[in-house]
Amino acid sequence: MEPAPLNISAYVVLSAILFAMGALGVLIRRNAILVFMSVELMLNAANLALIAFARFYNQMDGQILVFFVMTVAAAEVAVGLALIVVIFRTRRSINIDELSRLKD
Amino acid sequence: MIEIYLPIVVLLVISVALSVVILFFSRIFGPFRPNRRKLTPYESGMTPIGPAQRRIPVKFYLVAVLFIIFDIEVIFILPWAVVFRDLGAVALVGMAVFIVILLIAFIYEWKKGAMVWE
Amino acid sequence: MELPTLQDLNLAVTLPSMGLALWACVVLAVGLFLPERRRHWNLVLSLGGIVALFLYNLTLFDLPADRQSAFLGMYRADNFTAFVNLIALVTAFFGVLMAYEYLKRTHIDRGEYYPLLLISTSGAMLMGASGDLAVLFVALELLSIPLYIMSGLRRPNAASEESALKYFLLGAFSSAFLVYGVALVYGAAGSTDLSEIFHRVNAGLILDQGLLLAGAGLMLVGLGFKVAAVPFHMWTPDVYQGAPTAVTGYMSVGAKLGGFAGLLRVFIVALPAVSGAGDATGWQDTIALIAALTMILGNVVAIAQRDVKRMLGYSSIAHAGYILMGAAAAGSPDVRDFAVSASLFYLLAYAFTNLGAFAVTVAIEKDDATNPQLDDFNGLSKTRPVLALAMALFMLSLTGIPPTAGVVGKFFLFQAAVNAGMVWLALIGVITSVVSAFYYLRIVVNMYLREGPGEAQAQRSFLGVAVGLAAVGTFVLGVAPVLFLDLAQRAVLVALGG
Repeated sequence: MEPAPLNISAYVVLSAILFAMGALGVLIRRNAILVFMSVELMLNAANLALIAFARFYNQMDGQILVFFVMTVAAAEVAVGLALIVVIFRTRRSINIDELSRLKD
Repeated sequence: MIEIYLPIVVLLVISVALSVVILFFSRIFGPFRPNRRKLTPYESGMTPIGPAQRRIPVKFYLVAVLFIIFDIEVIFILPWAVVFRDLGAVALVGMAVFIVILLIAFIYEWKKGAMVWE
Repeated sequence: MELPTLQDLNLAVTLPSMGLALWACVVLAVGLFLPERRRHWNLVLSLGGIVALFLYNLTLFDLPADRQSAFLGMYRADNFTAFVNLIALVTAFFGVLMAYEYLKRTHIDRGEYYPLLLISTSGAMLMGASGDLAVLFVALELLSIPLYIMSGLRRPNAASEESALKYFLLGAFSSAFLVYGVALVYGAAGSTDLSEIFHRVNAGLILDQGLLLAGAGLMLVGLGFKVAAVPFHMWTPDVYQGAPTAVTGYMSVGAKLGGFAGLLRVFIVALPAVSGAGDATGWQDTIALIAALTMILGNVVAIAQRDVKRMLGYSSIAHAGYILMGAAAAGSPDVRDFAVSASLFYLLAYAFTNLGAFAVTVAIEKDDATNPQLDDFNGLSKTRPVLALAMALFMLSLTGIPPTAGVVGKFFLFQAAVNAGMVWLALIGVITSVVSAFYYLRIVVNMYLREGPGEAQAQRSFLGVAVGLAAVGTFVLGVAPVLFLDLAQRAVLVALGG
């Protein structure tokens, strides 16, 4: 079956908006978990772009790359949540503004 | 291109309008006699026992992480299983390596006591 | 469709990186069942694997053309890969050797350190070997994720945890940039294969020029974070200061090596034809500017530091600037091969020198979880003359004073920049090197001219061996650079096919 013609620019724009929202979230949010969720949003923006381009070129490369991005995101979640839990146990807070022991 | 989304927009407008209308008229024409009991959150008829956003025991986090790690492997095994018959020995060896690596991770988890609830 | 056979995958040439990752699994599994008094087997197994793969890797230089590609072109086994493998294995060797006693005496002897370090090293090696953007991305994460964990190894120490979380959040942030860049480059070129991207771009078969430029820019941001280039360097001093010192030592070289290997691969193999002025590629000016800023900021801010690890953190930023100068020079087609080999040689010189400097810092560090300060070096030449001499050698090498590895490496980098017509960049390099003498030589002054207790932990031990080997490496590379320069010069990067 021939795939329907795809308006690729709409997908690129949408993924760019998602990516920008994620990046803004990382810069604005102060809660470590929310910062991390914003990073996940950025990764998913990339996934959307990859899937759209894979469909546009009618090939598998982009889709396979998405598998790897998802796997890596899961690995990052595992490590990241562990670090956040450990930090919370020591300080009773995961506000990243309070992470200021290390400085000049 | 964009016109095909018109029905969705229509649906959205109708549903928003309908809910506004229903809430508006029932508030105006219906009796409104609140008391403490009525204003508590609805918890399927039970007496509410605490705030909805409680902290969850951190032990669940470990379960969640273990789930994610062994859940994500499915996205590699499923496509592999679909085309396995066509790919032959190379695919079998490749998946064997993949499973062995996961097995080592599993042994590590077990030995470190991640499976023990207490 | 023709199905690949096991021979097509050409697994033998991927053994250094793949084997190291699998060996890490073995070390992890064995380490689980080791009783307390047999813990040294962690060390023995790790070092054994590293040395065996190092020797095997020496046979992988100058492979015939049909064996230079594995996994159907996703893995490139050329001389560049072999040289990156060589540096990575040297780094891992020192990383294991200087950690063993340090982990014991600071009570963080967790068996996981060794497999994590090996996995991270295999990630660095894979970055150099990647022939495909997918491999590059997975390799980058393979390199980074173990480093996040290793930075937090000293829990429940608040500084270590903080450094781990900072590194993690900013590292994940930067990899998101890299992935999005990969997605856009894939969208523009219609392929994730580096050589294929090169040919499509060269032939003008790209979807949209803006998409390609945005993708390349985002990838530069992602990799710039990894190598700690200004303005993406903010995490470096904090993470270096908080992480356990042995981890910092390994990280300062391993992460940078991986980042630069990936950077050179992507920008020289896949994207040289991105439009730019004249002969040079479009990214040359951008990278040159970043290099200049990185050298200036790293060296100037390092002067103000009292904490040794923090100072070495800024120093590592500065050195990222020098190597970026090589990467910028590689943007000119005529100088490309020379600039690549100069960067690789400098990475090797930097590996020996910086690992040596960190090994001495590990020796200076006290057991009470306080960071070593510059004043802790006072009087070291009286109590530990050999250790002080080695540290002086490392500091001279980092500054770029003969007879050390650093000066030879810098010489080649400056020459590459001048050949590429960027005299201004080379001048900034020279001036900032002079500035750097101020803070590097302060340690030498403290050791030789100041009075102080000069306490150090390393007796005749593994740590002592690490310091000695690093000193020998720094010295030999300084007086007889030909030994390795020949290897480095054979490492050229070029797209396949045509």
